[in-house]
Amino acid sequence: MKYFLIFLIAIAVFISAIEVVVAQHSVRKLFVEIQELEKKYDELNDSWGRLQLEQSTWATDDRIEIRARTELGMIEPGADSLKLLMQ
Amino acid sequence: MKNQSNTQSYPARRKLLIGCFMTITVLLLWRAIDLHVISNDFLRDHGDSRSLRVVGIHAHRGMIVDRNHEPLAISTPVATVGAAPREILTEETGVSRLADVLAIDAGYLKQLLRDRVGRDFIYLKRHITPDQSDIIRSLSIRGVHLQREFKRYYPAGEVTSHLIGFTNVDDEGQEGLELAYDEWLKGSPGLKRVLKDSLGRTVQNIESIQSSEPGKQLVLSIDRRVQYLAYRELAAAVSKHKAKGGSLVMLDAKTGEVMALVGQPSYNPNNRSGLKGEQYRNRAVTDVFEPGSTVKPFTIAAALTSGIYGLDSRIDTSPGYLLVNDHPIREDNNHNYGNIDLARIISKSSNVGASKIALSLGPERIWNMFSSFGLGHITGSGYPGESAGIFSHYQSWSEIDLATIAFGHGIAVTTLQLTQAYSILAADGLLRPVSFLKLDEPVAGRRVLPAIIASQIKSMLEAAAGVDGTGNRAKVAGYRVAGKTGTAHKPTIGGYAVDRYRSLFAGFAPVSDPRLVLVVMIDEPQGSQHYGGQVAAPVFSHVMKGALRILNVPPDDLGSIHGQVIMAQVKSNYNQDLK
Repeated sequence: MKYFLIFLIAIAVFISAIEVVVAQHSVRKLFVEIQELEKKYDELNDSWGRLQLEQSTWATDDRIEIRARTELGMIEPGADSLKLLMQ
Repeated sequence: MKNQSNTQSYPARRKLLIGCFMTITVLLLWRAIDLHVISNDFLRDHGDSRSLRVVGIHAHRGMIVDRNHEPLAISTPVATVGAAPREILTEETGVSRLADVLAIDAGYLKQLLRDRVGRDFIYLKRHITPDQSDIIRSLSIRGVHLQREFKRYYPAGEVTSHLIGFTNVDDEGQEGLELAYDEWLKGSPGLKRVLKDSLGRTVQNIESIQSSEPGKQLVLSIDRRVQYLAYRELAAAVSKHKAKGGSLVMLDAKTGEVMALVGQPSYNPNNRSGLKGEQYRNRAVTDVFEPGSTVKPFTIAAALTSGIYGLDSRIDTSPGYLLVNDHPIREDNNHNYGNIDLARIISKSSNVGASKIALSLGPERIWNMFSSFGLGHITGSGYPGESAGIFSHYQSWSEIDLATIAFGHGIAVTTLQLTQAYSILAADGLLRPVSFLKLDEPVAGRRVLPAIIASQIKSMLEAAAGVDGTGNRAKVAGYRVAGKTGTAHKPTIGGYAVDRYRSLFAGFAPVSDPRLVLVVMIDEPQGSQHYGGQVAAPVFSHVMKGALRILNVPPDDLGSIHGQVIMAQVKSNYNQDLK
């Protein structure tokens, strides 16, 4: 009986040792995965910031007004050309 | 017989074994000496090439946006060149190639590196362009590495520069709201342990010690479109009248939020080389000036509050000047308005009328009323460096001081203060603190003036901006506007300059339910036109017209645009369809 228990414990120790290795391996794998995702996250964040900046710069009121007046020949309608709709 | 061991000694074998062991020992000793003494440098370099370091994780600075979440300040990653001087100097060609890319003199760069050979790390050039960083990365020079840093960009450029301010090269706020809300915007950096290679590049992250927290977004109260409109109109007016500068502030009458705040001259925050102090000073908040006639409504408010004067009280302003202790107080252009009521004192802007009222009320009443309107106090906006103006206690006022303070000389205010003061009139007597941030909840405000008196003064101001008043050019088609002109002589040594003025207009619209308060100040307009009604009132008109339209404020003076109004009959289920 005693030897049987010792044998069981030995098996258990052996299995837990294997588990340690497996766990460590999966930790490393997951860590690498996290690294990749974080890098991707940073890159996307940077990209988003740059796009917002680009959009704001293109849509600057100053630029739009100049282009509207010079290239498209648009004007602000005078008070006489406006009609007000009241509801 | 079996137990007898063969104890024959073989001296040769013994010596051989001992010899072998000795040889191995000597070899080991030799190897030890070799490793520790002879190849020390070589091995240390190899050890350095694999090194474990703790580095900071940069926290992303929060974005600044306007009330509609349009970006006004964004951080973008840029590369910075760092170097270990000792390592670069080992390779001469590297230095010259580096100098080429960075557009610095090669000799200067070499000297710089030699001077700092003792240091482990120096910055070579911060915030380089993406093209330059690509080239440097491909060159792979020993001891040179690229660091990721952030640079702040301001899409609205000079339009919002005074308000937002800017950051320095280390991404710390220096001026304006970038400085005031630096803690909120900057977040907190993290720490991580990494493995670096010989070029200083991070090859592997080992562990994250502390995660970084990004900065929070700052939502401003301004509307970018209104800000742009205000900037454009102010710049046009300053240019047209060849003025030294100007400032403009627009507040929301119901919440105290800043809708627009601009100043001239301005600067480009994205390229600050050659910046002069007068360009980046936020005049609207830090510069003080004598408000002149724009304080007359406050004098009238004191008169009405005291109970001594009423709407039908009359003041005799003949013969058009008043002598106070041998100092003459005159009307503009030596007019004589005769016997007039309070409303006319405002609509015609009578100095004599205002002085007489103030002298009869006494300094304490005037001081209390002006103080309630915010003179001598900061507005509570939180802007760094905001001035409280100049407003001395009435105990130090002489009689002539009292008489001139009644029409705005001898005291000084900022454009922001004056706008807040007029917002009290627009809000029926409630004082609200100025807010540069968008407010989500309504602000109660504190009552400083009875509503009925505020309403009476509103009517007087409407007349002042009407056909008969000095502020006629501030009108906006379709809306009722109210406001007061001011033309203040600029103070100089020994008195006031004869021909240097500040042109002012302060007002609000629409009068039936005021939404926006606007003050325009033009500093030293040149040429024949210098009255507030000529120089500042038209700016008020253009900016107010555009702002009311942008913010969808319905017109309240349909009579004036009668020909353009179409009254539509709407079917009752239309609104249901919209939901």
